[in-house]
Formats: sequence, C-alpha cells, structure tokens
Amino acid sequence: MDNLTRRRFLTMSGVTAAGALAVGATRVDWSDLMTAAVDDPLDAGDAVLVVVTLYGGNDGLNTVVPAADRAYQDARPDLAYQPDEVLDLGEGLGLNPGLKGLKELWDDESLAIVRGVGYPKPDRSHFRSMAIWQTAAPEGAVSTGWLGRWLDAAGGDPLLAVSVEPTLPPLLAGATTAAASMPVGGLKLPGGRLGSAFAALGTSAAGEERWRAEVARSVADLHSAVRVLGGAMHEQPDQQDEEQDEERTKGASAGGSSQLARQLDLVAGLVEAGVPTRAYSVSLGGFDTHADERGTQQRLLTELDTALSGFVRRMRTSDRGQQVVVLVYSEFGRRVHANGSDGTDHGTAGPMFLIGDRVGGGFHGQQPSLTDLADGDLKATTDFRDVYAAVLGDVLGAEPERVLDGHTGRLDGLIRA
Amino acid sequence: MARTSERITDRSAVRRLHDRLGFGPRAGDLDVGFDATLDRLLAPAAPVVPPELGAPPQQPARDDREARKAANKARVAQEKVLLSWWLDRMVAEPTAAERLTWFWHGHFATSSQKVRSPQLMLAQNQTLRRHALGSFTDLARAMVVDGAMIRWLDGNDNRKGSPNENLAREFLELFTLGIGHYTETDVFEGARALTGWTVRRTSPQPRLVPARHDAGSKTIFGRAGRYDAKGFADLALAQTASAPYVAGRLWFRLVSPAPPSAAVRRRLQQAYGERRDVRALVRAVATDPAFTDTASTLVKQPVEWAVGLLRALGVRPSALDDMTRLRLAAGLRGMGQLPLRPPSVGGWPSGAGWLTTAAGVARLHVAQLVAKHADLRALEQGDRVDGVRALLGVDAWSDRTRQALSGLRDPRQLAAVAACAPEYVVSG
Repeated sequence: MDNLTRRRFLTMSGVTAAGALAVGATRVDWSDLMTAAVDDPLDAGDAVLVVVTLYGGNDGLNTVVPAADRAYQDARPDLAYQPDEVLDLGEGLGLNPGLKGLKELWDDESLAIVRGVGYPKPDRSHFRSMAIWQTAAPEGAVSTGWLGRWLDAAGGDPLLAVSVEPTLPPLLAGATTAAASMPVGGLKLPGGRLGSAFAALGTSAAGEERWRAEVARSVADLHSAVRVLGGAMHEQPDQQDEEQDEERTKGASAGGSSQLARQLDLVAGLVEAGVPTRAYSVSLGGFDTHADERGTQQRLLTELDTALSGFVRRMRTSDRGQQVVVLVYSEFGRRVHANGSDGTDHGTAGPMFLIGDRVGGGFHGQQPSLTDLADGDLKATTDFRDVYAAVLGDVLGAEPERVLDGHTGRLDGLIRA
Repeated sequence: MARTSERITDRSAVRRLHDRLGFGPRAGDLDVGFDATLDRLLAPAAPVVPPELGAPPQQPARDDREARKAANKARVAQEKVLLSWWLDRMVAEPTAAERLTWFWHGHFATSSQKVRSPQLMLAQNQTLRRHALGSFTDLARAMVVDGAMIRWLDGNDNRKGSPNENLAREFLELFTLGIGHYTETDVFEGARALTGWTVRRTSPQPRLVPARHDAGSKTIFGRAGRYDAKGFADLALAQTASAPYVAGRLWFRLVSPAPPSAAVRRRLQQAYGERRDVRALVRAVATDPAFTDTASTLVKQPVEWAVGLLRALGVRPSALDDMTRLRLAAGLRGMGQLPLRPPSVGGWPSGAGWLTTAAGVARLHVAQLVAKHADLRALEQGDRVDGVRALLGVDAWSDRTRQALSGLRDPRQLAAVAACAPEYVVSG
C-alpha cells in the first residue's frame, strides 16, 4: 500500500485506542523467547518504563495551574482555581488540589514536570492527535507506535513490552513485533484433555491463510505467557458498574480504561517477580471534559494521584522497583478559554509528568504564554519527541534517533544517570 | 495492487454471506443457494417487540449516598435486560437487518458508560434498527438529534452563544466524512447549527429548545445559511467524500481490511446512489466479485463470534439463567467487546486487535459456557471431528486442528475447543 492508501485505511479502521496498527505485524516465536525470559530475568539495574495514557485530552492549565495569572482567571472565570486552592510549586504554578500525592513526590524531587509539550501544527481530533503521540509522527502516516519501533529495534522480543489493557494500544505495535497484552483479572487456562487440545491449536499449519496463522500464533503466545507470568497473576473481581457514578464518566467519549490502580498493581507484581519486561502501558480515560469540568477532572486527577503514589511507594521497597520511571501524557490540552458549559473544548499543548527515583525532579521546559496565543490556543514550547528521546536513551538504553525517525531533539536532565 | 484473485467455492460463498450479512449459519442454512440466501437476508425484518426496561430510576439527591447507589444498581439491572434482549435478537433473527443494526452501533459508537440511560440506549437501538437497511440520509439525520448521542457527545451543553463542538466534530470525522475532509470552521459552525437540541432525564425523546438554538447564519463547507441540525447533516452528506467514506466503513467490517479498489468503489457508490440506499449498497457489496475473493478474510469480532456460536449450537440467551447470562456478558467484556459499551466514539478495533493474550482466555471460557448449555447429542457418535465441523459451518479443518480435536471424547469439550480453532475464529 502507498502512504495515502495506508493512511486512508488506518483512518477507516478508526485507529482509535486499539490494535488496528498491529495489522500485518507479529512474526515471533514466543516459546523460544519465553525460555530465554526464564533463563534471564530482569536485571536489578535495568530501568523500567511505565507509560500512562490519559485519554480524552487532559486540561493542562487546570492540572499545573497558573492560578495567580490574571489572564488565566479572565479566560475561565468559573473554571479557574484560586491561588490558595492549588498546591504551590513555585514559579507562579501550583498543582491541582486533587494531586496531593504528586505534590509529596515533587517535594522529594521525584516528580519532573515538562511544561508546554506538544507538536507543530496541532490537530484537534482525539484520534488523529492520539495517533500522533502514539506513533511519534506528527507529519504523516506512520503505521507503527514509538515503543513498537523500539521493540523492533531491540530485537523483536514481545515480552519486552506489556500492555495491561484488554486491547493493544497502537504505541506498542511495531512493524514486526507487537507487545504482549495482559488482562487485569489474570490469566487462567484449563488443564486436562481440554487444555491440551486447546494448546495444540497453537501449532502452526503449513501454508495457512494469514489471519488464521495469527490466531494460531496468539494461542501459542497465550500459553507461553501463562507459563512465565501465570505465577504473578491473581484473580480479582471485575469492578462493578454500580461504583462508577456520573462525575466519573462525564468525559468518557474519547476512550481509555477506568481501573488504573488495578492495572498498576499488576505492573508492580510483574516488576517484583522479575519478568524481563522493560516497558508497560496502562491508561485512564474520561478526560474529554467538554462540560462541568472542574468536578470531573479533579476526581480523575485524584484517581490518578492515588494510583500513582501508591504504585511509586510500593516500587520504592524493592531494588528492581527503584529503577521504574513513570511517564504520564494526554493527546492534547484544552482551550485556554472555557466554553460556556463550564468545560473546555479540544486544545493544544499540555504538561507531561515523569516520576521515579531516577527522575530529575522540578520543572523542565518553558510555561507557554497565556497572552501570546495561536488561534486561542497555547503555543507548545517543547516537542514531545524530545521527551521520548530522553526516555528512550536514558531509561531504555536505545538510540532515540533510530526509533524517532531521525528526530534529534532531546530534553537533558530529565533522567538521572 | 495487482494480483490474480481466486474465488471461494459456492458453498463457502453462502457460508460467507451468513458470516458477513448475518451472524453465521445455522443447521441446514448452507444447503440453500447464494441468490436465495441473499434475498432472504435482505428481506424486510419482522416487527420487533422492544424489551420492558421499566422507568428510569428516580434521580436521587446528590448527598444521598445510599439512594445514589440504589439508582445506579437499578440502572445497571436495566442495562443487563437490554443487553440480553439484544443478544437474543442477534441469535434469533434470520435477516441482515439485525447485523446492520449491530454495524451501525459500532459506526455511531455510543456507550452506556456515559449515557447512563438504558432507555436512551434502547431508543437509539430502535432508530438504528428502523434505518438499518434504509436510507443513510434518514439514519444520519436521526443520529445527529438522537437522545443517547446528545448525552454521549455533550449536546445538552451546546447552546447559543457557547457552542460545544464535540458532536459536530465527531459527526464529520467519524460518522459521515472521515478526517481531512472538513475544516475547523465547519466544526465550529456545525456546532452552532446543532445548538438547542436537548435531552432530559425524564423523557427518551430529545427536543429542540428554541431559546437555546442559534438561528443565525452559519457558513459550513463554504455555504452560508441559517442551517439547523438537518441542514448540517445534509451538507455533510452532500460532500463528495461522504459516499466513499460510508461505503468504505461498511466494506471494512463486512468484507476485508483491505480497502476496495477504485472499480469496486465506483460500483458501490452507484448502488448507494442519491437515495443513499443501504440495502442496495449491501447487495452490491455481496454480489461484487471481490466479496468471494479468497483473500477477503476477516477476524470475527467477539460479538459476531459468540453470537455465531450460540446460533450454531442452538442456544438462545433468553433461555439461559441469569447467572449464565451474566457470565456470557463478562466473557464478552473479557474479549474486549460488550455491546452498548464501545471503548470510544471511534468504535471497536479490528483484526489483530482481537487476538490478544487476554482475549484468548476469555474466548475459551465463553466457548465452554455456550457448549455447556447446548444439545450436542449429534456429537456422541460417528466422526465427531467432522460432526463438529458441520455443526459450526466450517468449510474444512486443517490437519493441525483435526489432530488437536481428535483426542477429545466429551462433546462439550470438543465443541468448545473447535470454536477456538483458527478456522472458526476467522471468517474465511
């Protein structure tokens, strides 16, 4: 397929929060790699990356809040936080009151905030912008995710990256390798004759049609994954819908999961068990706050805060855990001006968080101006690929330029040596 | 992309018709010819009696925790009734109208997670059903002012003087045109055209509140006028990009992830025509040579796989006990596709997106669950491996699968594992 056809195809497939990008991928012999994984567990000195995707477009200005700025108060009088409400970070900025745990991490110098992150010619479509962040290709139609390309470059071991979501996000799909996906509820396979017959479906059949071959391979992958990871799983009841009330779901139309704490709990177990996975993907949805934003967003940020600070506390208690770096991003920030339904519409640049003992705490990048706007939107001051480059180089030990299609920018001082 | 194409056999083509335009074949279905099968699938559906959900739970006071919990619980119970009813319809209904209702649910993807009203979701389902094989003009006009859609994409907050762009944007990007075929101005002005459409808690019937509607002139796709919701929908549909987009989406789910060739696209557009006739479009899809190309394979979506299995094994969801129905729903969720709960307005993934390790476990559990409730006496003697092949309507087993199944004596185990075979998970 030429690029245009490919792009139209991806658009039609609704790229969305799913593995559409993985179409045409995965040619890996899992069992060989699994054996290697048992022989060669995660080195205690190897850093581990946990990517947290916030779906829907988190409002950056109400996350890292310029509360004392007149222009901020004027742009969104009913939405704005007052200076005495936010958790002061200095430089005229404060954290949303829902982020108390992150404030403690900030005080410990374990939280880095990169300000004004975006990309040239911002796109206000959830799906297009999320595809840009996940493929790290603002200019065009790339069918692989940035961590997928890292997987390809790192030798094609799918266990190097694990998604703790029911479907595979595009960022983990490479040209030849797709990451493994683990359910939060754990994996449990039957034994006996039924189990052996099911396992035998994972045998490849010569000359088999492409999708059937992929089904067979996925059955084989599943058994290998259960062999290696099965011990780290534990059954948990599914979250009841009754627990989700209205404020929680107000911004849900742009996708993402709703069980961040449980996803991170599973990741913590895998890291502690020494699974040789270097990158994990988790997500939280609901940030598409077109209306009644304040309550909804603060609730979501509180959920994020509770999940992240619990995870980081737990990770500090083990050698392997201390090597974990968490990266938090969303597909865009929101407009500077409120929209009249006490919400905000799709905007541009926003802050990114990096968390962990190996992170260079404090502010990075410049805060975008609230008066020098582009079409009512913030102008990005840092390219998100500069942050990816730092993470690829300093956490995953990769060559960023190779993964980021020759992009040479890199944010220094984000990760400690 | 030139390649020599090969056709599947006539019998496989009938099976493919059932897979793609329906929810898979039942016993005897494959003994009927292609044309007669197509006519039967495209025949008008019998009138459908909607389920009794009861009234929406009383809106509790904000500070009454117990009452809120009770109301949430009642709503979840109503959603389960709706889900079971719909799954049962899919299993029972012999026409393509049901399959297209399901297709449109993924196209105009709306989730009960935010809508929080089974009554609105049912009303939307009825609308999708009514227009499933009708005119896309009528369907698009209905969806832009649909109650569940309004709540899902913040239509209630879209008022004169403070437009909310959510619905207008997704209508252009995902429902009618595709990305790259509209401008930010079209989104903004389109949102103005949609102002005032409101849905209340007390009624599943949305209405236009004149005081909230911006009746002034808007410029959309370069044309100025006092456009309203219908005017906005019609302008979008009149764009040259719209017909290929809609036909392409249908092709993607019914035929192949590879886009149709230019020649095929022309044929489809001609059938769709100025009336935007979905039935004619579906007929054109099914009778196009590319439909019976060996390369036009699809990974079944989890709902299509599960409903197909229920049909093949003669299990009606309505005949199952509550706990089993709950486990069926949990299994669908585990595979990543619960009806009424698409992951986002962009709809569900496809292809390899369904073949995750997580989904594999859930698929086996659902297969075991269905097999446990099926009448499988036919598999107690003779060539059982071939018997289960015929039961599932599979064209042929590979040696691999034949070998894997040969060790199984218990008909239920046999049916469950066979349902997870690549030859059944993929629609060949």
